[in-house]
Amino acid sequence: MYTASDLRKGLKIELDGVPYEVVEFNFVKPGKGQAMYKCRIKNLITQTTQDRTFREVDQIGKPDLEERVVQYSYEDGHHYVFTDPHTFEEFHLTEETLGDARYFLSDNVEVSLLIHNGRVIGVEFVKPFVEKQIVETEPGVRGDTATNVTKPAKIDTGYELRVPLFIDVGDVVRIDTRTGEYVERVGRR
Amino acid sequence: MTAAAPSDHPLAVRHRVVRALRAFFDQRGFLEVQTPVRVAAPALELNIHAIPAGGAWLRTSPEFHMKRLLAAGWPAVYQIGPCFRAGERGARHHPEFTMLEWYRAGARANDILDDLQALLPTLGELATATAIARRPAAIAGLKASIRVITVSEAFRAAAGWDPWREENPDRFDHDLGERVEPWLPRDTPVVLWGYPPFAAAFAKVDAGPPPIAERWELYVDGVELVNACTELTDPAEYRRRQAEWAVLRAARGQPVYPFDPAFYEALPSLPPCAGAALGVDRLVMLLAGCESVIDTLATPEDVPLQADARPPAVE
Repeated sequence: MYTASDLRKGLKIELDGVPYEVVEFNFVKPGKGQAMYKCRIKNLITQTTQDRTFREVDQIGKPDLEERVVQYSYEDGHHYVFTDPHTFEEFHLTEETLGDARYFLSDNVEVSLLIHNGRVIGVEFVKPFVEKQIVETEPGVRGDTATNVTKPAKIDTGYELRVPLFIDVGDVVRIDTRTGEYVERVGRR
Repeated sequence: MTAAAPSDHPLAVRHRVVRALRAFFDQRGFLEVQTPVRVAAPALELNIHAIPAGGAWLRTSPEFHMKRLLAAGWPAVYQIGPCFRAGERGARHHPEFTMLEWYRAGARANDILDDLQALLPTLGELATATAIARRPAAIAGLKASIRVITVSEAFRAAAGWDPWREENPDRFDHDLGERVEPWLPRDTPVVLWGYPPFAAAFAKVDAGPPPIAERWELYVDGVELVNACTELTDPAEYRRRQAEWAVLRAARGQPVYPFDPAFYEALPSLPPCAGAALGVDRLVMLLAGCESVIDTLATPEDVPLQADARPPAVE
């Protein structure tokens, strides 16, 4: 267990069986009163945030959390299989667990798994930017690099994103896996 | 530090603030004192935790030692020096901080308010351009009259209940921080006056009815800056309160400090008096336009964060 005085930004805690991360932290102690710890906490499963104030005497759960860096191996029906390169332990993740991350996978790409009570609840790419080829979009409009106007486009895995007007089929673009958004054009393949 | 305005650096502001505070109290005939920083018995209060120091403790405030000086016959004393509180770390707290405390024999809490009303305009002169830009109303307000609001009035208006009708320390602490403090006006300094007996700390309680602790807190731009009171002088009542807090602390698993024998020995000679404590770092923060007391420190902290994370457990 943690006590409230252990709270600080970045600490991972557990409330009613749910893991949270403290994303904002304020210590307040009005007058001669008890200390209060005003936190904004992020639910590590749903990613939603909420405000929560803890008092000095509160006991706070310590989550059983583990981070593992693994490599993507292959797709097996409805599962995506990742392997720990040191122990060769395999992790079979569902589409639901992976979310949009499944569109950005490539052979042996390294991802970091956040594991709570033995269940994978988070997947992050070790290198957050990936390069993907555009397979479908309206023809590019040459020269228009200044405006913020975008159009829909599709990459080989079927993921759809918004790209600038000058992007053409065959262009390779850099995507931020954390937001799923286009970053820049890196060339043609 | 910017070459253009080195005098606006928080460290330069701190220097001027401390000099102004000394000049103020020196002119009024106060004796400046230094009392021990390492003590055998930190003043036991309900919500203040001391940092251990080699078989003793670092003082959480110089209060008891300064009251011993009053008991010894000194009529007016002040001190500016370091104090330490375990686990207090935030934008307005730091485990090591600088406190100004002053005490007057034969005075009551309202006399201390007069001291402050004279002091604040002088301090307002020390505000930097950054502070004036960031907190224009508050800094201009330092030259205005202090507005006095009773705790009862503030709670009824801001929190919707009266702490004299419901004795609920937990709710009181919570609502003071969450409702009352955000509600306080910011264009003038504000004094919250007259606390319920359960929040008296070491203040004398006026019998009433209703009973009211002769204690006040000064806020500038919502920042709690000074705590003052007509001091309790009755030895039996000191013992009763400290014993009550000791029981509550033990129940919470918090350390219980020994009662200070030298203080209790001096207590029968303590004259009627009033005293106050002012957070110097917070004052510098306000006048230098800083966001946090950390920004007012001379050097970055060198004590690791974990060292003071929690109050030490009962031994």
